[in-house]
Amino acid sequence: MLEINDIEKLATLARIKLTDTEKTKFLKEIEPILDYVAQLKEVSSSISGTPKVGEHRNIARPDENAKESGTHTDALVAEMPESERNYLKVKKIL
Amino acid sequence: MEIDLKNLTIKKAHEDMVSGKYSAVDLASAYLEEIKKKDGELHTYLEVYGDVLEQANKADEIIKSGKAGLLTGIPISIKDNILIKGRKVSAGSKILENYTATYDATVIEKLKKEGVIFIGRTNMDEFAMGGSTENSAYGPTKNPIDVLRVPGGSSGGAVASVASGEVLVALGSDTGGSIRQPASFCGMVGLKPTYGLVSRYGLMAMGSSFDQIGPIGKTVEDVEIIFNVIKGNDPKDGTSLKNSDLKLESTVKNKMKIGVPYDSLNVGGLDKDVLDSFNESIEKLKKLGHEIVKIELPNLKYSLAVYYVLIPAEVSSNMARFDGVKYGLRLSGENGIDDYFVTRAEGLGGEVKRRIIIGTYVLSSGYYDAYYNKANLVRELIRDDYKKAFEKVDVIVTPTTPSVAFKIGEKANDPLQMYLEDIFTVPVNLAGVPAISVPCGFKMIDGKKLPIGLQFIANHCDEETLFKISKDFLCEFTL
Repeated sequence: MLEINDIEKLATLARIKLTDTEKTKFLKEIEPILDYVAQLKEVSSSISGTPKVGEHRNIARPDENAKESGTHTDALVAEMPESERNYLKVKKIL
Repeated sequence: MEIDLKNLTIKKAHEDMVSGKYSAVDLASAYLEEIKKKDGELHTYLEVYGDVLEQANKADEIIKSGKAGLLTGIPISIKDNILIKGRKVSAGSKILENYTATYDATVIEKLKKEGVIFIGRTNMDEFAMGGSTENSAYGPTKNPIDVLRVPGGSSGGAVASVASGEVLVALGSDTGGSIRQPASFCGMVGLKPTYGLVSRYGLMAMGSSFDQIGPIGKTVEDVEIIFNVIKGNDPKDGTSLKNSDLKLESTVKNKMKIGVPYDSLNVGGLDKDVLDSFNESIEKLKKLGHEIVKIELPNLKYSLAVYYVLIPAEVSSNMARFDGVKYGLRLSGENGIDDYFVTRAEGLGGEVKRRIIIGTYVLSSGYYDAYYNKANLVRELIRDDYKKAFEKVDVIVTPTTPSVAFKIGEKANDPLQMYLEDIFTVPVNLAGVPAISVPCGFKMIDGKKLPIGLQFIANHCDEETLFKISKDFLCEFTL
């Protein structure tokens, strides 16, 4: 059984600020969804092991022929919310 | 110049443009005219590009030079979660309202080489989360057949743009039915390719182990043509299949064994008219000389439970990148970390937040085994069910959706009810196999002929079988 403070804790972990109305709404909506997915518990407990996440395995390219530095800089910097001399600008951290 | 857009196909348009009956500019203008007439009400496009005629002019030059390919000058709409370099792309979300793509998706690169014309980007449920297009931050799309109803989703704008005659073909994406369900609701043909056959590079990720880009059209042939252009191995997609995995057309049978999972049809909520239409379709397939075989997919009943654990889990990871730091919306909070909280609160919609929170829950240390690991194990069982079935049959058939298009607002306040709509489409994404939805009948409500869809499912990499059986069913012949 979920409670409001569970929703608050999850929202904090997920870095989302929720209003009180949203908290109540989500609590009401998430409960039946979790009840529904709980039917997975009925599936025979005899299945075990390490599940594969998808059938496909990740591939990596060889670490060579790197793009010349600066190839994408302008396009990427243009999308930054705030930048200064090609640096991404954020609030002071320490 | 009057062009019969209603019956236009890629091949017909190509022949007409090459023979000089009309130009690519004429064709593009005809579609822009339709958009002007209809899209104020339907809202299938989030943006119609300003350079459509410029693109068409270039296509006309290629056609005049005699170097036109089948897709040169063919108008296509692109779902708002596929990147075209230098153009806006928002995934139907406020958090990317002013975001401009910095590179081309692989599918876009391939289409550009063919000389297609990009008409615009189509409306969708925010980040593809939803089945009605009501979750778009920019307002819902309406079903062209009945504007009081949803077109389905999440590729609702994409499908409606084709169904309304506002474009010839469209690209959408399908994570749990997002191409097939709207295709069914709007009477169109929609393909969800085998997972790994079409590159996901440049498609915004929702459920990475499920997402696939696919084509939507009025005919199976149009869908097949687009699929053949966009498929293929891509080193930029870590889960891309090898080209040699594709089954060849020559291996496809003329008369097939068609499996029907009768037990799985006994789910609550299957509309009587949908069931009647399904049974008529089975009779039609028999008459066409195919053999109907009863099959069992015993673990299919757990599909939605598996899906609605794994999807939120993948969503919560994939959405973490939208934090207001590197791109997209950034709102200022009390300090650096508070910027995340207020940006995500303002920039993301209800369904996205809900899935992130559920995903955070099922991935948290105390529940990880009970939910996430268990769901992945059951996913394997479902995959095995299909594997066993395809040892006996060539193709499986089910309804695409349990009911016809519902009214706007009807299910908006009941997420679980909305999720249950995906009962026939979701298992296909869990197994990664390909499936196509084709129109098979109508249900009359309030004087409106609401389309019903039929879903064919084939084994991994066997799209050719889907095209063959769908054309046979629709009596569509290639000239």
